[in-house]
Amino acid sequence: MSFYGIVDGSESSLKHFLAQLPGVDQVGAEARAAMLATRSIKTTSKRWAIDTAISMVDLTTLEGADTAGKVRALCSKAVRPDPTDPTVPSVGAICVYNDMVAIARTHLDSIGGQHVPVAAVSTAFPSGRASMEVKIQDTQDAIDAGAAEIDMVIDRGAFLSGQFGLVFDEIVKIREVCGDRAHLKVIFETGELVTYDNVRKASYLAMLAGADFIKTSTGKVAPAATPPVVLVMLEAVRDFYSMTNRRIGVKPAGGIRNTKDAIKQLVLVNETAGPEWLTPELFRIGASALLNDLLMQRMKIDDGYYASPNYVTID
Amino acid sequence: MTFEYAPAPESRSIVDIKAKYGHFIDGKFVTGKNHFPTINPATEEVLSQIALGGASDVDKAVAAAQKAYTKTWSKLSGKERGKYLYRIARILQERAREFAVLETLDNGKPIRETRDIDIPLVAAHFFYHAGWADKLDYAGLGKSPQPHGVAGQIIPWNFPLLMLAWKIAPALATGNTVVLKPAETTSLTALLFAQVCQEAELPDGVVNIVTGDGTTGSAIVNHPGIHKIAFTGSTEVGKRIARAIAGTEKKATLELGGKGANVVFDDAPIDEAVEGIVNGIFFNQGHVCCAGSRLILQEGIADEFIEKLKVRMAKIRIGDPLDKNTDLGAINSREQLLKIQELAGVGDLEGAQRWSPACTLSDKGFWFAPTIFTGVTQAHRIAREEIFGPVLSILTFRTPQEAIEKANNTPFGLSAGVWSEKGSRILWATQQLRAGVVWANTFNKFDSASPFGGYKESGWGREGGKHGLSAYLKEGK
Repeated sequence: MSFYGIVDGSESSLKHFLAQLPGVDQVGAEARAAMLATRSIKTTSKRWAIDTAISMVDLTTLEGADTAGKVRALCSKAVRPDPTDPTVPSVGAICVYNDMVAIARTHLDSIGGQHVPVAAVSTAFPSGRASMEVKIQDTQDAIDAGAAEIDMVIDRGAFLSGQFGLVFDEIVKIREVCGDRAHLKVIFETGELVTYDNVRKASYLAMLAGADFIKTSTGKVAPAATPPVVLVMLEAVRDFYSMTNRRIGVKPAGGIRNTKDAIKQLVLVNETAGPEWLTPELFRIGASALLNDLLMQRMKIDDGYYASPNYVTID
Repeated sequence: MTFEYAPAPESRSIVDIKAKYGHFIDGKFVTGKNHFPTINPATEEVLSQIALGGASDVDKAVAAAQKAYTKTWSKLSGKERGKYLYRIARILQERAREFAVLETLDNGKPIRETRDIDIPLVAAHFFYHAGWADKLDYAGLGKSPQPHGVAGQIIPWNFPLLMLAWKIAPALATGNTVVLKPAETTSLTALLFAQVCQEAELPDGVVNIVTGDGTTGSAIVNHPGIHKIAFTGSTEVGKRIARAIAGTEKKATLELGGKGANVVFDDAPIDEAVEGIVNGIFFNQGHVCCAGSRLILQEGIADEFIEKLKVRMAKIRIGDPLDKNTDLGAINSREQLLKIQELAGVGDLEGAQRWSPACTLSDKGFWFAPTIFTGVTQAHRIAREEIFGPVLSILTFRTPQEAIEKANNTPFGLSAGVWSEKGSRILWATQQLRAGVVWANTFNKFDSASPFGGYKESGWGREGGKHGLSAYLKEGK
């Protein structure tokens, strides 16, 4: 087997490839992310950024308390985030647990939301601690129920103990299960990988194994999608594109709660990977509370004042 | 899709620029003569008229400084001097935005830099030295080290207020009084600083500011009432000053030119190194004496590195310095622009390959696109002479020894950078590099506690930190 003609999938070829990647200087990466956070996005560019961010939101509910009713409500919100304003775009996707996929898909289709894909979290989310058989079955279930996007978690234990082949094989197997039916997003849980060097290695491991997207976090561990982590991942997809001519998407998730943070993410994309990545096909933001703040800021631009939070729907 | 950043200009309504300025002598603004215009280099708009200080203005300023030294400043305890410095530092912080906008207008550097770097460092420098004022017995200069008296200080246009702070804060903390001349193209923030001195109720004559050109500076240097000279500027002028004070009892510190080498090894953190190279040469339009104006790259990574550098340079935002999203502002003067253009032209003639990202430059004001030259060798003038603009010369090396030899093969020795993830290599390289400041895996980082200064023709003495104090003190018993 050959993956992009770069590695053959063996433990030794992966170790060799990952070892030759340049290191990430922590201070430098954080300084660059902090500098980009000072960009001042105003007026017309702010309006554009808000609509773009809305179209990139993976509207998420991942709770033990999720019910069919809660998921249906979220689906309605996903299709028409602001029921009073049809110019607001639909979000990028709905992101739910496996057993909610069919409910979400059916409801979306019934309310004119055929264009909104359902993403399922998979492979024993969030811990990734299950046998391979279970992980495959988990993924298969979600796809059969109508998931068009699979957000899988990597085995962080295997990664941290240096078993890169194991992590790689799992991604390859899930990629096979997804086939042409579902996009694959690979979640690293960067809060558990801790170092930027690890984030860079995990990014290449996932991209070489066939990921369509690389994603920071489950949302269950802090810190999650910090700007320097996203910066390192954007550098990885940019450089992977120049190696392979294939663009991989990036999805920060967790901790992006307001418009300011979301716009900072878009600036990171624009000035790191480049404007080609400023599309829901290549950049998503995993969030739940963020959408309402985007809607409030959008109203503020149009009306000139901040409306009461009661003017945006709670779900 | 394209993400255009709408203009985000900082308001200039916060600054109040007078039509005409005089000098600041003995605590008062006095009228001057022979005014010349100071302009906004981004637009060539005339901002104000600045007085050209003559011998009589310098005489008055030195006399006021001498009187203040004898009658008040030398009689105050260190603790009392410290109080004034703390007060100045706090006022600078309170008026930070005003200073940032004024500096950007007069100098042409981006507001992002004046706001986030220049002015915060200025306040920090006063705070730092305020702390030293009552602790000079512990500066390693013996018990009760004594000030020299009147310090004559001449500063450049690249960091107008920051260089003022580097000069005035240690002078005042150590008990000296000051006659300072700002650069002729950038006097406005120094004159606003004079207002801060009044607001802080600094005793009259402790700080005197005489504006003007080289002739004014020369009058300060040659004035018999000056006990110590502190100069930041070109090596050429530095040498003239050294000749002028030879044989006198005047002490001097000189911060002069540089041709800093940024050495990138093949095991460097590449993305951050690219960022550091960009910061090293394009920060402040390359108007930085310690700029990393030579990139010395290990041959094995050169092509890949230069490619990444070009991608990054294409993201540099050039334009209105008052726009909060501008990365590269205007060249400070027509004279400097001509010098940069001339030396870049020499690079072309010498056979180096010039590259700049596509960018539109305003036809008003003074602008120069960020530029790199590849295929540069030690024998090229652009590898040897200080360009003092956004122009980077790229050389390559094969072995670590060769990198160090090339880095040190210069009459200058102000700064250098080393980029490697290997600790032992960094320690080895930093010991070999003959430069006053060596940064590892970063560049252009400044701190009041860290001494700054040059080897060889980059200057005499150090500024900042404990080392910087000794330039303003005679050793005690």
